[in-house]
Amino acid sequence: MGFGVGSDMRDGRTAGRNDQPPKVVLVTGASRFFGGNVVTRLAADPAIERVIAVDARMPSRDLLRRMGRAEFVRADIRNPFIRKVIDGNQVDTVVHPAVLSRPPAGGGRAAMKDYNVFGAMQLMAVCQKAPSVRRVVVRSSSAVYGCGPKDPAKFTEEMSARTPPKGWFARDMIEVEGFVRGMARRRPDIAATILRFAPIVGPRLAGRGVQYFRSPITPTIFGRDPRMQLLHEEDAIAVLAHAAHSAPGGTFNVAGDGALALSQAIRRAGRVELPVPMSVFQTVGRSFMGPVMREFTTEQIDYFHFGCGLDTTRMRTELGFAPRWTTVQAFDDFIGGAALRPVIDPRWIDAAENRLLGLVGAGTGAHR
Amino acid sequence: MNDVAKVIHLHETDFEARQRPASRRWPGESALQPVTSLTERLAESAPPRSLGDLVRSAVADGIRNTADFARRRLTGDYQVDEFGRDEHLLESVILPTLRPLSDLWFRVDVNGIDNIPSTGGALVVSNHAGVVALDALMLQLAVHDRHPAHRSLRLLAADLVFETPVVGGLARKAGHTLACPADAERLLRSGEVAGVFPEGFKGIGKPYSERYKLQRFGRGGFVSAAVKTGVPIIPCSIVGSEEIYPKLADIKPLARLLGLPYFPVTPTFPHLGPLGAIPLPSKWTIEFGKPIATEDYAAEAADDPMTMFEVTDQVRETIQQTLYKLLTKRRNPFTG
Repeated sequence: MGFGVGSDMRDGRTAGRNDQPPKVVLVTGASRFFGGNVVTRLAADPAIERVIAVDARMPSRDLLRRMGRAEFVRADIRNPFIRKVIDGNQVDTVVHPAVLSRPPAGGGRAAMKDYNVFGAMQLMAVCQKAPSVRRVVVRSSSAVYGCGPKDPAKFTEEMSARTPPKGWFARDMIEVEGFVRGMARRRPDIAATILRFAPIVGPRLAGRGVQYFRSPITPTIFGRDPRMQLLHEEDAIAVLAHAAHSAPGGTFNVAGDGALALSQAIRRAGRVELPVPMSVFQTVGRSFMGPVMREFTTEQIDYFHFGCGLDTTRMRTELGFAPRWTTVQAFDDFIGGAALRPVIDPRWIDAAENRLLGLVGAGTGAHR
Repeated sequence: MNDVAKVIHLHETDFEARQRPASRRWPGESALQPVTSLTERLAESAPPRSLGDLVRSAVADGIRNTADFARRRLTGDYQVDEFGRDEHLLESVILPTLRPLSDLWFRVDVNGIDNIPSTGGALVVSNHAGVVALDALMLQLAVHDRHPAHRSLRLLAADLVFETPVVGGLARKAGHTLACPADAERLLRSGEVAGVFPEGFKGIGKPYSERYKLQRFGRGGFVSAAVKTGVPIIPCSIVGSEEIYPKLADIKPLARLLGLPYFPVTPTFPHLGPLGAIPLPSKWTIEFGKPIATEDYAAEAADDPMTMFEVTDQVRETIQQTLYKLLTKRRNPFTG
């Protein structure tokens, strides 16, 4: 098959190729953004017989309506009850997009680790024991590569972090990936797919990150201009659904094409950049933007230093997925969703140009 | 001794080569229309008659270009490639800043620029000297300005560069990337011209007494990158870079304190303070040698230390011989 990659990446690919479409799909975290939307998308596909949506809390009424024919089961993946759901319904495909990137409100780190790590551990153990399961799709993150000055321009899937990530979320993801690989080793007939997402942006997620761009002056870390590669929310949902259909098993980076510098992103959002030393980054940020900065996770702070580039060759060739949005388009869509007004109006430059040209008597420029 | 008649270029002859190319754009992006104005079009049809008109149109062009630049920067309307290269900034700020240094201060002469292919990947391997990596920037500018295809040289820099705030960001914007096999192969495979200084800090920080003596070439990782991607290696010799900051001594404890590989003492630095940062105006020559083909090696050869060592040695010898040849031709380090 010609995968010239490390052995740890080959797990789950050897015998796990089965081309028949999924009959019964189970999706975790269905009350959250990604789980809910993946359920909606899979439920719209007539080739799939049943879609079972699982979450510990009830989805909103609107989301429940959009899920259509999907069946909602209120269950916690950390509870052994999930095994009855999988066995009793002959589930053949499990999609696990449920991860927390920050401690939940009122929960703290313990609750986050409980949800991310023990949830995945329990789910993988159940999948391993369930004979009906043929395919498992797990969401991970590019945070597993860490961020540092010694990073290559683009990470391929077989590279590991040059600077070991310190953040909670990144460490959780590394552990979750370990469970998935372990399960794939013990059940080679299961195609186990890990999707490493670049940071996700989009108009519907705008509430989360856009506070950073909401104040007219945006603090950045002095002397650093990270290179960002982003993924549009629609592409993130699409690739999860795509992987549930036909993923060959293995690890895949998922990101939009191209790159965007943070300074450029701030300009595209019409903000003014204020570089501050790292030591005052969060304090200055807090005074400008309220509690947003305090909520920045360690991964986000690292990302603001160096950013991260992902090689997506394998996503295109082996997974057969092409994102619809490039990095820049995804960012523009995200900013468009927030309807920001530029701080410095570009028309001021036009006016200044015309005035100066008038002064030298050269006539006004007729530009675009 | 070399008894070839010496040719000293008093004036630059190839002004065309210095013309900047139309800035490249990414495919798929709607090409930005250049700013045109009525006066510009009028000027094309009827050339200005008086000196006043000439000055006025020149000033107007300046204003228009500045406004266009400011508009694109302000709205973030430019492209950054996967290595972080910001071509708009590079072509309109970084290279124009370096141009006077190269043309007026160091009076850089370039020989054998045609040895760099017009299309496809190539690996330029050069000597490294001068305490501060000005030679890298001069090399980048020389390839950009003097090559008929205006190729952009993508330098592979040490990790210290990317750890340093401000400098690291600027280096990425200028198109440089980390000297690691993954990045080198990615650049070469995508058909770029990459530049590498295998001597590293040993070369750039060597004392003045050892000038123009090539240091050890590391493990020759650059050769295996070229062999794996099948691109030619172009040896490059730079004369003049050793004299810009003659390093007489090294304050090791201070270097360790600052986390630098060396802390140089030159005739003017550090006792003259910022004045010591002015490089001495040596006369530079950059000579590109004949390409060394690597397509004939099998892919497995890239893992064979003996083959890699042989090619590394061949490249090293070529650069060293060219350096000696150029030095014998040079009468004075400052007048050439």
